[in-house]
Amino acid sequence: MNDTICAIATSQGVGAIAIIRVSGDESLQIVNQLFKGKDLTKVPSHSINYGKIIDPKTKKIIDEVLVSVMLAPKTFTKENVVEINTHGGIASTNKVLELLLTYGCRLAEPGEFTKRAFLNGRIDLLEAEAVMDLINAKTNKQRDLATNQITGKVSDLINSLRDDLVQVISNINVNIDYPEYDDVDIITNDILIPKITNLKNRIQNILNESQNGRIIKDGIKTSIIGRPNVGKSSLLNALLEEEKAIVTEVAGTTRDIVEGQISINGILLNIIDTAGIRKTSDIVESIGVEKSLKMMEESDLVLFVLNNNEKITEDIKELLSKIKNKNYLIIINKTDLTKELNIENLKIDKNNIVYMSIKNNQGIDELKSKIIEMFNINQIESEDPTYLSNSRSISILEQCLNRIIDIEKGLKENLPIDMIELDIKNIWELLGTINGSTYEDELLDEMFSRFCLGK
Amino acid sequence: MYEIIVVGAGHAGCEAAHAAAKKNHKTLLITSNLKNIADMPCNPHIGGSAKGIVVREIDALGGLMGKIADKTHLQIKMLNSAKGPAVQSLRAQGDKIAYPKEMVKALKELKNLDIKEGMVEDLIVENGEVKGVILEDGTKITSKIVILTTGTYLKADILVGNTRTRKGPHNEKPSNYLSGKLKEYGFNIIRLKTGTPQRIERSSIDFSKTKIEPGDNKYLTFSFDLKPCYKIEDQEPCYLTYTTEKTHEIIRANLNKSSMYGALDDIKGIGPRYCPSIEDKVVRFADKERHQLFLEPESRYYDDIYVQGFSTSMPPEIQEQMVHSLPGLENAKILRYGYAIEYDAIYPTQLNANLETKVLKNLFTAGQINGTSGYEEAACQGLMAGINAALKLENKESFVLKRSDAYIGVLIDDLITKGIKDPYRLLTSRAEFRLLLRSDNADLRLRHYGYDVGLISKQQLNKLLKKEEDIKNLLSFMKETKIKMTPNNKKAFEDNNYQVPTSSESLYKLIKRPEITMLFLNKLIEIPYSEEIQEQVEINLKYEGYIAKSYKEAEKMLKLEKKQIPEDIDYDKIKNIASEARQKLKEVRPTTIAQAIRISGVNPSDISILSVYLKKEYGKDE
Repeated sequence: MNDTICAIATSQGVGAIAIIRVSGDESLQIVNQLFKGKDLTKVPSHSINYGKIIDPKTKKIIDEVLVSVMLAPKTFTKENVVEINTHGGIASTNKVLELLLTYGCRLAEPGEFTKRAFLNGRIDLLEAEAVMDLINAKTNKQRDLATNQITGKVSDLINSLRDDLVQVISNINVNIDYPEYDDVDIITNDILIPKITNLKNRIQNILNESQNGRIIKDGIKTSIIGRPNVGKSSLLNALLEEEKAIVTEVAGTTRDIVEGQISINGILLNIIDTAGIRKTSDIVESIGVEKSLKMMEESDLVLFVLNNNEKITEDIKELLSKIKNKNYLIIINKTDLTKELNIENLKIDKNNIVYMSIKNNQGIDELKSKIIEMFNINQIESEDPTYLSNSRSISILEQCLNRIIDIEKGLKENLPIDMIELDIKNIWELLGTINGSTYEDELLDEMFSRFCLGK
Repeated sequence: MYEIIVVGAGHAGCEAAHAAAKKNHKTLLITSNLKNIADMPCNPHIGGSAKGIVVREIDALGGLMGKIADKTHLQIKMLNSAKGPAVQSLRAQGDKIAYPKEMVKALKELKNLDIKEGMVEDLIVENGEVKGVILEDGTKITSKIVILTTGTYLKADILVGNTRTRKGPHNEKPSNYLSGKLKEYGFNIIRLKTGTPQRIERSSIDFSKTKIEPGDNKYLTFSFDLKPCYKIEDQEPCYLTYTTEKTHEIIRANLNKSSMYGALDDIKGIGPRYCPSIEDKVVRFADKERHQLFLEPESRYYDDIYVQGFSTSMPPEIQEQMVHSLPGLENAKILRYGYAIEYDAIYPTQLNANLETKVLKNLFTAGQINGTSGYEEAACQGLMAGINAALKLENKESFVLKRSDAYIGVLIDDLITKGIKDPYRLLTSRAEFRLLLRSDNADLRLRHYGYDVGLISKQQLNKLLKKEEDIKNLLSFMKETKIKMTPNNKKAFEDNNYQVPTSSESLYKLIKRPEITMLFLNKLIEIPYSEEIQEQVEINLKYEGYIAKSYKEAEKMLKLEKKQIPEDIDYDKIKNIASEARQKLKEVRPTTIAQAIRISGVNPSDISILSVYLKKEYGKDE
């Protein structure tokens, strides 16, 4: 566990600089062998040192670098940390990494720096998750949210809930353990009800806000659906055209085909283009159609594209009924062509309709403002994001809410207070697993397998 | 030559000697005073919250305490009867004359037990192994195993006002050297403190100014084998009174005269948080106008009244003033003054789960020497030490109760895993699986174990098997039997303001309704099972969801309990463990990951480092 690890800490690719992070007992000694400049074992902690990385064998200069030396324990991992700022470029950065591995470092496993920070007591579990989020942050909002978790703001929120619970729990316990003493306030169901209601509201609030948090962090999953040739791909391209700078992933994860991402007022829109949907007997095509429907089902926002020049078909009616329970916008494209589409009888809220002529670049701004309106994006933008933003924490909090509903039911049924205390204690323990105050065996394994390399 | 020697004949010693001798091992019980066997030097009650459940557990396993208490008590009641079944617990007012007498009788019936008077001041130790005891006159008695149950007698000091006297409870002779010897052998010895209040002459109390606290109006027993041997109307009441503002003034004005508040400057002992002296209560809860005091009779055979809640180390003249400030006790005659007592104990993380010490082989310890307080806590440790000493002689595996088995398991695990800061008292809140560890099901939980270790007879076991069978049958009866909504039955519902079912309904469905009880169902149909069986089924059905949840939690713990830590693990070799955690792990040497998690100061990150290390070094899946 205590060997020295290294990894490229910046994202791979051509950038102005790249950083290689080295952490462990031997960090200074190993880097020193490759470094031509000051003796790194003698420089003060938290200093930046100019020099060159040299291959000790060939004496060839690999790169001109700045080396940050940070001595334990005041470092991210609480170990000796050296960070080498190279001049980017895949070749030279990889060569430096290669030398480090040759001279005593081991390549860090996924998430190992963060794991060490956690294991060495530098950060708690919630913070460990936040670090990962921070590194993955693409928008400013995401960064703020992650920063709040790192500084323990969310931990504080959870701890304040736990503190209140502990008071109730201990009072009930005293009632149980000293039943003959009337010196202590007796907690009755009547006293408990307002406390529980208050708790329920607080957790509900956090959950509501956390929904926004999830949107900030994960973005709005948006699927574009419609019959073939109505302009789905054109819509995608038009949206991306506007925001070329952050088109990042193409054909991303195995889960979704994220065709592209755009940012609207700081909120990410993850756009998924789908295969055209129509009734078909072709087996291959029908698999595609099925997949499209599934994606539509999973998305936060459905953009349903219709062709102004086409008559309403049964397919369209069917799809409309399928999206009714989702956040959706009907995009009527090709307004430059003759109107054949008759939607007046279809009971669609006019607010949900956007008229566009993608070809002529008309209607994009209206579409964006509709999306902003629909997700309260402006409001999210102005809020201080102190809430839970990863799905593990949110699901635990949802479990807590369910327990509280159990408690309310129990109180109504006049369940003995000591039974109710069991549920309260359970909530207290569950809350503890959010910021790692309660030890959960599987928690760590699950957590750390999710971290990416070298973060 | 004995197989087992038990040193001390208090509640731990008696149970240990009984268990060892009953398991057919030649046993010697040594006490410093034959007249003090099973003495109750402090409060006169047995049981109480959580403790009452322990007494039931002792009985389920084949120990004595429950039966002796049943035969001799002055009154008995069920605590928390208005709360749920998991926290109900019996409490009896013991008889300080009759209880010891009955205990001596029970011990004398044991063929393999000798009882001897003597003061043990040293052990025979060879190569880290105990081989017997040495008395103060130098007499050596050899044995294969020694169980120390010395209570508060190790270097005991009685503290009253500014005086410190080397004496045990009731001015008995203490052991002066044994704890020093234990220290020489390598034990970490700590100093603890406890206290006791005044005894008052009954005839000098005006009970009309107090509130009467009678026993329950229902027959109750600790034991699963005995029928009630008392009459409800013959129970002796206790009385409730309160401190007054004047009492508090007296205490505040004379605080510096109390041993604990400056009159003695050499006090090292730490007193129990859960049973503070009246000085502590007045100082720490200064805004409380009054504190409850119970006036409790000590015996049918003499007139002393115990002032529960008034323990103090004030000098006698101040105690006079304090007592006379209490309603009903204006003219009270104090027979014995309260005092604090300081004594040596061994730090309990030096014990294995079977109560054998890690320092010396074949030495077991139980009771207050392990840092606990209370007769029940002592008795159950004595029972477990006696059983385990015997099992060791028989080359059998130790008998260790898990936290999900019994309060006894919780107590011993807490002691050896967490250590103590002050004298340890069992509390309901210490048991995370308290819903499973109920007073009503102690026999169902533990009698099989008692039979396996040889303290429960075949006959007792058969009775249990019958009970288990009956419970199963009643459960099916509840599911199969439907209640028709005849006019009579309808009326029964209406009379109680219960919602009338629309059609016929099974007993099973009905009992699940929060307002409906077995008592009510008996009005609708004859349920051909005893009250005891009905109670079990009622609890199991009414709280089915909660009980299932608890079992699930317990299973989770048992899974971690199975992740063993090798005995020879070298914690110095695990690099990244925090230094506090390393020190704690080295001290406790947990046998499983579950136990390691419970050590205070060992954090989740330390556990995961330990798990990773185990996987790497021992190739174990944690």
